[in-house]
Amino acid sequence: MSALPRAHDLGIIGCHVCRQVSLETKKAHARCPRCGAPLHRRKRDSLTRTWALLIAALLLYLPANIFPIMRTQSLFSKDDNTILSGVIELWRAGSPDLAIIVFTASIVVPVLKFLVMGFLLISVQRSSQWGARQRARLFRLVEVIGYWSMLDVFVVALLSALVHFQVLSRVEPLPGVIFFGMVVVLTMLSAMSFDPRLIWDNRESDD
Amino acid sequence: MTDIHDGNDKGDAPKSDLPQPAIRRSKLGFSLVWLVPIIAALVGISLIVNHWLSAGPRITVSFQTAEGIEAGKTQVKYKNVVIGKVTTIRLAHDRTHVSVVIDLEKDAQTFATKGTRYWVVRPRVGVGGVSGVDTLFSGAFIGADAGNSDESESNFSGLETPPAVTHGAPGRRFQLHATDLGSLDIGSPVYYRRIQVGRIVSYQLDRDGKGVSLQLFVDGPNDRFVTKDTRFWNASGVDVSLGADGLKLNTQSLATVIAGGVAFQAPPGPRDETPAAEMADYTLFGDQATAMAPPDGNPRYIRMRFEHSLRGLAVDAPVEFLGVKIGRVVSVNLDYDEKKQSFPVIVGALVYPQRLGAAFDKLSQLAASRGDADMSQIMGKLIDHGLRATARTGNLLTGQLYIALDFNPKAPKVAFDPNAKPLEIPTTAGDFDKLQEQLSSIVDKISKIPFDTIGQNLDGSLKELNGTLKQVNEQIAPELKETLKQTQKTMGSANSALSEDSPLQQNIGQTMEELQRSARSLRVLTDYLGRHPESLIRGRKPDEKPALAAPATPAATDDTRQGSKP
Repeated sequence: MSALPRAHDLGIIGCHVCRQVSLETKKAHARCPRCGAPLHRRKRDSLTRTWALLIAALLLYLPANIFPIMRTQSLFSKDDNTILSGVIELWRAGSPDLAIIVFTASIVVPVLKFLVMGFLLISVQRSSQWGARQRARLFRLVEVIGYWSMLDVFVVALLSALVHFQVLSRVEPLPGVIFFGMVVVLTMLSAMSFDPRLIWDNRESDD
Repeated sequence: MTDIHDGNDKGDAPKSDLPQPAIRRSKLGFSLVWLVPIIAALVGISLIVNHWLSAGPRITVSFQTAEGIEAGKTQVKYKNVVIGKVTTIRLAHDRTHVSVVIDLEKDAQTFATKGTRYWVVRPRVGVGGVSGVDTLFSGAFIGADAGNSDESESNFSGLETPPAVTHGAPGRRFQLHATDLGSLDIGSPVYYRRIQVGRIVSYQLDRDGKGVSLQLFVDGPNDRFVTKDTRFWNASGVDVSLGADGLKLNTQSLATVIAGGVAFQAPPGPRDETPAAEMADYTLFGDQATAMAPPDGNPRYIRMRFEHSLRGLAVDAPVEFLGVKIGRVVSVNLDYDEKKQSFPVIVGALVYPQRLGAAFDKLSQLAASRGDADMSQIMGKLIDHGLRATARTGNLLTGQLYIALDFNPKAPKVAFDPNAKPLEIPTTAGDFDKLQEQLSSIVDKISKIPFDTIGQNLDGSLKELNGTLKQVNEQIAPELKETLKQTQKTMGSANSALSEDSPLQQNIGQTMEELQRSARSLRVLTDYLGRHPESLIRGRKPDEKPALAAPATPAATDDTRQGSKP
């Protein structure tokens, strides 16, 4: 089955705002002749933005893991926990289920996002034709699970708001959680700025 | 609506009819999105730089045990301010100690210098009190005390006990010398007028092993009371001494009874008030009395030779001269005299001539004027005058002996060698020994009495007496019984004869009456004869008529009346 013609093949471009169709131009910064909104076939600078945000997230992921995110003060002890040490402590304290949840939300999901986004970006940039459908599914997965990473941030926020018993016990947020929150937000933004249509460009046939 | 219209346009209109898009250039030449990773990178770099800048030196401290220390948690504190954290704990290669790696903070760089001391603060319960109670809850931490050196150092050996004195604390250290440690320990209090002003910081054996050196720290400003003449004494525990002086009990305070302590004070009388220098040396006296006593000066060794037993004479027994304690016994040994085949007791003693006070001054002047350096000439003279050593009983209860140097003019003369070293002082037997001798002579005399023969004689006499008594019992006793019966009978008849209603008694009564009557008639006769002697010749005259009694005169009654009138 031969490929159906796409707008690009026909040399036309549609406005995303007022749906005005105009001739495609090679020049950059083209705008809709009717409403003046920028015209673009794909999300503008999608790859650049995605890369930039992903790199920023990756950079912030280091301090987010190195710095403690939470301080638990009780009558007898004062504990500063990073994400990983918190997971280990939960495991040791006898709640492996919780440990697995936190580990998944705080470590597996962000790392997965970095890997998936990186893979998608590279494959798109290399105009790879391999497994477009799978890649599209991966992207959807990343979009769905992205905000679950905020779980850790919410745990810290809730605990530090609720556990305030002066001397007996107190939970305080530490700078690490800010970095972690920023990582989550940046990866989500990165995923948002990725244009999944890029996966389907350069294809030869509609299989 | 528009969509439909557009859709219609798209479907129907030829390509050339479509409008050209407008071109409007944005002013910025690059995508703003790159600011995000740049900012992220900047934040990351700033964090790294910050961390690198704030990272202080890394040091290694070795401890005997890592008890209570946790990697990543245990903090290092100075004056309760956190200056670092333990990062790792390693066992030494030879397993003798543990190495604790500590990351100090940037502003704690001065703690990575020579002389800094580290110790683990754990809850400690000692006799002197309880410390580190807060660590019961917070866990142990490592205490630090900076030295004053600038030389950097990264390997330290940690202290096992907290240092008694922190660096830079006002006050001064002093050194004490004692023969033994007693009940003192590091941290034992130092008292001045029963107020604690310092503590023992450290102690160690002297290099020659003949004594103990103690360092003590007196807190400022009280360290100014430690003057050059100050005396230190051991105020440890309960001082019970049972000597020739009797039972003595001495305590400083209840705390020292348990923990031990040192007290100091300036001696009475004129003294040097200049404060002592740092690390000045002092002698630690055993008790306050010894400490406060005037200085003893150089001791002199004397030797005495006693011919009798010295049971009860112990080393350290006092040596007294006319009741003044001038020294002490240092040795009691036996000797063998070949000529007499006896074992004399050799007593060595140290005497402090300066304890004689003014007498010593005068004697030493006298000796100096005669060119007698060690005063042996004077000693010789004194011995000629009867100076003798005797062992006397100081305490009858315990039988403790002491050596008394006294003048005994009756003592037999002895040869004295003034050049003998050590000086030998002749001895005489003590009072008690004399008493013993007398007693023994009495006992000798008693033992000479022939108790055996006396006993035998006595035994024979007693046997004879026994035979005699038997004879008496067998022969004389029945006769005696008879005689006694007869006597009883006689007594009974005598009794009846003498009873009130017996005829004898009545006869006697009658006889007595008769006798009375006769006596009366005789008196009448003699009366009559007295008045009428002639009747002896002429015979009795007939009786005259009795004369009438005259009535009472009225004049006499009148007189009585007048007399009673007024």
